[in-house]
Amino acid sequence: MSVLDRKLVRDLARMWAQVLAIALVMACGVATIVLAIGAYRSLDETRAAFYDRYRFATVFSGLTRAPLHLRDRIASISGVSGIELRIVKPVLLDIPGMAEPATGIAVSIPDHVEPAVNRLYLRAGRLPEPGRVGEVAVTEPFALAHRMAPGSRFDAIMNGRKQTLTITGIVLSPEFIYAIGPGDLIPDQRRFGVFFMPRATLAGIFDMHGAFNDVALRTQRNADLSAVIDTLDALLEPYGGTGAHDREDQISHMFLDSELTQLRAMAMVIPPVFLFVSAFLVNMILTRLIALEREQVGLMKALGYGPMAIAWHYAKLTLAVALIGIAIGSVAGNWLGRGMTDLYARFYSFPFLIFRQSLDLYTIAAAVSALAALAGSARAIWGVVGLPPAVAMQPPAPTRYRSLLGSGSRLLRVFSQLTIMALRHLIRWPVRTLTTALGTSLAVALLITALFASDSTAFMVDTVFTRTERQDATLSFGTERSPRALQEVAAMPGVLRAEAFRTTPVILRYGHRERRVAIQGIVREPDLSRALDKALDAVEPPPAGLMISEWVANLLGLSIGDIAEVELLEKGHRMATVPISSIVESYIGLAVYMRTDALDRLIGDGPRLSGVHVAVDPSRLRELYSTVKRTPAVAAIALQGLSRERFRETIEENITIMTTVYTALAVIITFGVVYNSARIQFSERARELASLRVLGFGKGEVSSVLLIELGAIVAIAQPLGWLLGYVFSWTVVNGFSSDLFRVPFIVNRSTFATSSLVVFGVAALSALIVRRRVDRLDLVRVLKTRE
Amino acid sequence: MEMPIFSARSLTKVYRSGEVEVFALRGVDLDLQEGEMAVLLGPSGSGKSTLLNILGGLDHATSGTVRFRDEELTAYSERHLTRFRREHVGFVFQFYNLIPSLTAWENVALVTEISAAPMKPEEALEMVGLKDRMTHFPAQLSGGEQQRVAIARAIAKRPEVMLCDEPTGALDSKTGILVLEALWRINAELETTMAIITHNAGIRQIAHRVFTFRDGRIAEAEVNERRAKPAEVNW
Repeated sequence: MSVLDRKLVRDLARMWAQVLAIALVMACGVATIVLAIGAYRSLDETRAAFYDRYRFATVFSGLTRAPLHLRDRIASISGVSGIELRIVKPVLLDIPGMAEPATGIAVSIPDHVEPAVNRLYLRAGRLPEPGRVGEVAVTEPFALAHRMAPGSRFDAIMNGRKQTLTITGIVLSPEFIYAIGPGDLIPDQRRFGVFFMPRATLAGIFDMHGAFNDVALRTQRNADLSAVIDTLDALLEPYGGTGAHDREDQISHMFLDSELTQLRAMAMVIPPVFLFVSAFLVNMILTRLIALEREQVGLMKALGYGPMAIAWHYAKLTLAVALIGIAIGSVAGNWLGRGMTDLYARFYSFPFLIFRQSLDLYTIAAAVSALAALAGSARAIWGVVGLPPAVAMQPPAPTRYRSLLGSGSRLLRVFSQLTIMALRHLIRWPVRTLTTALGTSLAVALLITALFASDSTAFMVDTVFTRTERQDATLSFGTERSPRALQEVAAMPGVLRAEAFRTTPVILRYGHRERRVAIQGIVREPDLSRALDKALDAVEPPPAGLMISEWVANLLGLSIGDIAEVELLEKGHRMATVPISSIVESYIGLAVYMRTDALDRLIGDGPRLSGVHVAVDPSRLRELYSTVKRTPAVAAIALQGLSRERFRETIEENITIMTTVYTALAVIITFGVVYNSARIQFSERARELASLRVLGFGKGEVSSVLLIELGAIVAIAQPLGWLLGYVFSWTVVNGFSSDLFRVPFIVNRSTFATSSLVVFGVAALSALIVRRRVDRLDLVRVLKTRE
Repeated sequence: MEMPIFSARSLTKVYRSGEVEVFALRGVDLDLQEGEMAVLLGPSGSGKSTLLNILGGLDHATSGTVRFRDEELTAYSERHLTRFRREHVGFVFQFYNLIPSLTAWENVALVTEISAAPMKPEEALEMVGLKDRMTHFPAQLSGGEQQRVAIARAIAKRPEVMLCDEPTGALDSKTGILVLEALWRINAELETTMAIITHNAGIRQIAHRVFTFRDGRIAEAEVNERRAKPAEVNW
């Protein structure tokens, strides 16, 4: 080891606390790169592999009923490479030990061959065999939630008849990686499952011999999807086709896409914050170190070391710090990545999900971090290179201060000389003061970004569940029924209030823009399911015209008074024009409302009901559940009450994880910035502070010079942090907004306060650590040396 | 006879540096009288700075006692010593030790703010001839001017003693004399007791008494029959 390298090792050992503080900040950058990009790749590649190997469809369509001999015509559509004509029906389940009915969908699989599209991954057992009554394969999450295995049995109400089903296999499908039940905001594996049965069996149960009601197509790589969709729509129109769509509108795919978008946003925003802060910290301590070592640098030059050799020496010091950060960050990123993968495994059903440990990822993270550190040190090192040996060996010229207010100013007399000392020091190095404040403010901003999620989600849950979707359950009929069904439901045990609704899928068009949406018919003076205006007050639906959410209005460029074109997807694709009567607030889905009687007139087949929202006496829930299980007309039940609870639990858990992680990150940043800044101040001012002690100032008074300065920096950081936090949060809200849901942008005052308190707390702790050094100042030694 | 302001008995200070014990003071006995100007001479490492630091409450003795009037300094706690320095002692150092971020006036005010009956900062600065340099920062002052600000800072609280460690060590003869004149004036007008360490043997002429240190002991103590004025000092 060369002598310079020995010096390097000893420098690192001497400054271990500062080195560690910087390395930790850098480690956060590395860890978040590894985590976000690793998770992104892991999810993206796993999904692509699963789609590819299990032939996930590219075009989907529902319809009422069509004969199987359409197959040839569908196959002749240019670009189509695989076809599955399926029976897909809702089922109600009666699971032993579970009072509330679970729901699911039954999907047919070909009788003797493997599906050409949407193949199943068999996790356990075997696929059900045609001819054996009651055999079924179920999706893995549902089986796990109920501890079911091949051989387990349960009852299902299919087409109004109770069937006892026997599980033969546990499967996963590329179509249901993210499987979400009706009325749910997040998956509930216990209450929602997908059941695969042989075509012959399902056709028997649902009277669908020789017919199908669902199409899944696979297309060639270069196929023109929109042409395929148009041709398919035309083909299916006479059979009640509900409009074909590609993967973009497939629920499971949409949710995965939104997750990927969020990961990408995270990879873009979070790591740069840490890299910036670590570059700044490296710059700060290296500048100080080099200032202290000016004489040594001069000496080395006088001894014949070239400028490059000396620059490389300090660059190595920077790289050594980076190396420590990279090592810690890689381990942490790996650990967090595994945690993230576990979290994915709970939400998404993949046959395999590996957190990819690719070397290039770590290489990229390491290279980026090392470059950031070197960038931070560049100026300090450059300064050394240019220093002539003779100059380097003389102490630097004394710092020149100037008085911004004029030293005799009356304003200054208000402050004690100790306060003036602190403030002048701040003003003397404005760039350093501001960057230190900026670094600290990033910690505040990160905390706000973490905590606002809880404000916004609480607000969203409150709005959705107490103002719009106030029902405890929604019963959906298998086929639309006459208004008499409302009385029948109202008469069910435990039902306190019942409110009918109708819904129909349409294509909403304005100009050249169009979107598949469902028009929700809501009753006059609604009480359970309501639309809200921008002020979140319930709106009385107007006698005619559509109420659309702001999101839909923006998507289609619609505003109040515009006339939109409506293509009814279920009723022979009839076209109609409807005015937009109001814009409403909605956080979930693509909300389009219309008063039921207006919707009935639009559809033109008289008053019909799709289902009924009910408010239920909680003590009579069990009775209602068992009545529903015995009622053939009810094809599905959404339990908003349970969804709400489940949603709150999951969100709370996620927010707890997120808040913990972000708080840890903010603590590391604050500590890194404030501790290093305090150490450097201390190092620069040790002599002044010792002089003050000699003059008779107590330890507390002397420390106050440092504390006032740090306090001022941390105080400046607060409003800056609030602003940045507000901007970050707003960016997050925008990044998360999709057709699926929008998070309202709510940042409570308490969030600002909590974030500031945490940062102040950590800053105070870091300052106290440095204060101990003030207490231990060696007065005699400091005064004997000249700076 | 009047009670001495400082009275040191058998004062010993041992520094431990690694495994070696260094005797900085080996049983020093010394009395300083009220209003006296004493000059401490001697080669580096002879113990004069160590003595000054212990008298000023900056350092602790290993054994022996120091009394300040009727108080025993050597029994003081850290907190007590801080108060002692704040109330009774003014320091002047070779490298001035001014606060670079404070103007001359403010450097003096730093001390007057925490003293019981100080002079006005401008009054102290006037005594050292720097009234017109009050708003200057240390970086804008010459070495002699900086040292005179340090003296103004030391006297502003009207201390009973001033301890000066090589106050002219970093100065040329002309500015050195200006600084000595300031000290002389203060000793004469305010009757402040002074102990001045110096390497410059010429300065001995301005003292009432001169103590010469060798190997941690006072080797010689002499009384000046006639004190020279600073302007007469052979630099």
